[in-house]
Amino acid sequence: MEISGWGRHPRIDARVLRPRTFGQLAATVAGEVSLIPRGGGRSYGDSALAPTVVETRHLDQLLAFDPATGVVRCAAGTTFAQLLDALLPHGWFPPVTPGTAAVTVGGAVAADVHGKNHHRDGSFCDHLLSLEVLTESDGVVRCSPTERPELFRATCGGMGLTGVILAATFRLRAVPGPWIEVESHRAPCLEALLERFAAHAQAPYSVAWIDCLARGRRRGRGILELGRHAPGPAAAPREPWRPAVPADLPGWLLARPAMAAFNALYYHRQRRAVTRALRPCRAFFYPLDGIRHWNRLYGRQGFLQYQFVLPAEAAPAGVAAVLDRCAAAGKGSTLAVLKALGPGNDNLLSFPREGLTLALDFRLERDLPAFLQELDRLVVDHGGRHYLAKDARLSAEVFRTTYPRWEEFAAIRERYGGHRRYHSLQSHRLGL
Amino acid sequence: MHNVAIFGATSAIAEAVARRLIKPEARFYLVGRDDERLALVAADLAARGAQVQTQVADLVEVDAEGLVAEVFAALGVVDLILIAYGLLPDQEACEKSLPTTLEAIAVNGTSQVALAMAAAAHLERQGGGTLAAITSVAADRGRRSNYVYGAAKALVATFLAGLRHRFHGRGVRVVDIRPGFVDTPMTARFENKGLLWSSPDRVAGNIVRALEKGSGVYYVPGYWRAIMAVIRALPEGIFHRLPL
Repeated sequence: MEISGWGRHPRIDARVLRPRTFGQLAATVAGEVSLIPRGGGRSYGDSALAPTVVETRHLDQLLAFDPATGVVRCAAGTTFAQLLDALLPHGWFPPVTPGTAAVTVGGAVAADVHGKNHHRDGSFCDHLLSLEVLTESDGVVRCSPTERPELFRATCGGMGLTGVILAATFRLRAVPGPWIEVESHRAPCLEALLERFAAHAQAPYSVAWIDCLARGRRRGRGILELGRHAPGPAAAPREPWRPAVPADLPGWLLARPAMAAFNALYYHRQRRAVTRALRPCRAFFYPLDGIRHWNRLYGRQGFLQYQFVLPAEAAPAGVAAVLDRCAAAGKGSTLAVLKALGPGNDNLLSFPREGLTLALDFRLERDLPAFLQELDRLVVDHGGRHYLAKDARLSAEVFRTTYPRWEEFAAIRERYGGHRRYHSLQSHRLGL
Repeated sequence: MHNVAIFGATSAIAEAVARRLIKPEARFYLVGRDDERLALVAADLAARGAQVQTQVADLVEVDAEGLVAEVFAALGVVDLILIAYGLLPDQEACEKSLPTTLEAIAVNGTSQVALAMAAAAHLERQGGGTLAAITSVAADRGRRSNYVYGAAKALVATFLAGLRHRFHGRGVRVVDIRPGFVDTPMTARFENKGLLWSSPDRVAGNIVRALEKGSGVYYVPGYWRAIMAVIRALPEGIFHRLPL
C-alpha cells in the first residue's frame, strides 16, 4: 500500500506488516531481508519509509503501571494520546511530550523527541529507565543508561536502525490536573522575543510562534507562550469537536499572500502585550491535533518541514540570517515555531543541543530544493544541525559534518547487526 | 458494569471496548485463542487498574456450557457477557470448499449461539445482566461478496432477537452490535479504506454507550442504520445490479 511520512513527500508503495504480538513481530522480522520499524507515521520525511515496514500499531498496551511512583512500562506502539487517556485522570503526565499526541512511544525514543520543556527537563530519552529492543545479533535485550549503555545511547535517537524498540519504561510526572496556565507574550521583533525567552527560562514550558514573513524591524516578531500545570475546575475539559480536512486542498491556497495574511492575523489576534488563560493541556501541547489531516492543507504534492538547531552563541545571528533568506526568497512558512533548547545529552544521534531551534514548513515547489540547500549552508556555517525526524532531503555530507558521532553510532549498530536488517530511505540517503 | 466476561478478548474491537470499561473495582474474565496476545491484552487491563483472569480456549471446540459455568463461578455476578470473536472468510474459498464454508458458519454462527444459549440460562437465574454480541451489517442482507459470513452473523442476530423477546421485562438485556467497516486485523487485506471506515476505538465508544443504554440492535457508527435501511429496502431487481 502507499505510505508516506506526515509531510506526504515522498510517497512509496510498501509492504506494511502489522504483527499482533512480540513473538509474531520477531518471526515477521526474521522472515524479511530488510525493513524499518514504523510507529504513528508522524515523522515528516522518509525516516519510517522502506519497501517493507513493520508497524507497531497493534502493540499499544500498557504492560505495567505503578500508581504510587508513576513508573509505566508500555509497548512501543502506545501513543501519547493513549497515555493521556489512561493516566491523566490519575494525575500523571508524560515527562516530555512532542507536538502531536499521535506519536508512539517507540517513535519518541527513536527520534529522542523534545517538547516545550526541553530547556528544563531535556528530551524524552532522558527520562527512560530502560528499553527492550529486538536486535539482530542478541535477540530481545534490555538496555538502559547502565545496562548495555552503548546500545541504549545508539537506540535513543537512532531512528530505528539498531533494532525494533519493543517496550519502554519511564517515569511520569505528577500533575494537579488536565489544565495548563498559559501566559502569552507578544514580541514585536526577534530580539525582543529572544529577550523574553531568556527572561522566562524558569517557565516549565515555553515555545514561540513567529511570523516568518515579517521583514525589517518587524523581523521575527511573534508570540511566546509559557505554560505550567495548574489546578483548574474539577470537571475535565470537554472534548472539543475536531474538524477534519476532508481532501487535498489546492496547493495555491497556502501560497504567499494567504500565508502572509494568516501570519499577520495570528500575530495581531493577541491585542495586549501579555495575556493569561487556563487551557486544557491537549489544546496547549497539541494545537494542530485539533484539525485532523491538516497535512492535506498543502495539497497532494505534500510539504517539507525544515527544523534545525543552532548553538546558543551563534543562534540569534543565525536565526536572523535564515529569516532574512526566507523573506528575500518569498518562501514562507504558515507557522514557524521557535524554541530555546537546554543542554543536549550523550545519545549518539540525538538532535537537541543548547541553543535555538526553528521549525519551518515549506510547500513543495520546483525551486525549493535549491533554496533549502542555501539554508543548509547557513545552518552548517553557524554550527547547527537538522532534526532527522523532519528530514526527507539532507545530504550525507551535511549529515556527517553536523552529526560527528555518526561513526560511533555505525559501529554500535554493526556490533548488534542492525546494518544487516534495518534500513530506511533516509538511512540509505544519509549513508548509514 | 463491573464484572465483565469477554469471549474473543484478543479481537481489536473487544480490546478497545475493554479499555473503555475500566473503572475502579472492574473485573474481567477474558477468553481467547492466541495465548500470547491474550496475555498482552490482560496485562494492559491490569496495568489500567482492573482485576483480570484469562483462559486460553478455541471457542469453536470448547464445551460452551462448561466454559460459561466456569465464568460465572469465577466472577460471581456477571454484569456483561460480550461475544466478540469472528473470522472473515474468503468468500471464493468458501464457494470452492464446503468444509471452509461450514467452518466459517461454526466460528461466526453456531459456536456463538452455543455460548449465548448457555449464558442466557445463567443470566435468567441471576435475574439481570447484559448479553451482547458483535454481529455485523453483513447480517442485514446476503451479498455475493460475503454471504457465508453474513448468513452466520444473521443466525446470531436472529437468535439474539429471540432472546430479547424471551427476556422482555425480566431485567436481562440483550444487545446486538452491528459494526460497519472497521479497520482491524480482520479487515487488513482491504486497501484504500475510505470515508466509511472507522477505527476500533471510535466504534468502541459507540459500543460502550449502547451497552450502558439498553437492549436492541445498535449499528456502529450510527449512520450505518440509515445505510442498511436503504440496502435492505432495495428491490432485488436493483440490488442485483449493484457492485456490492
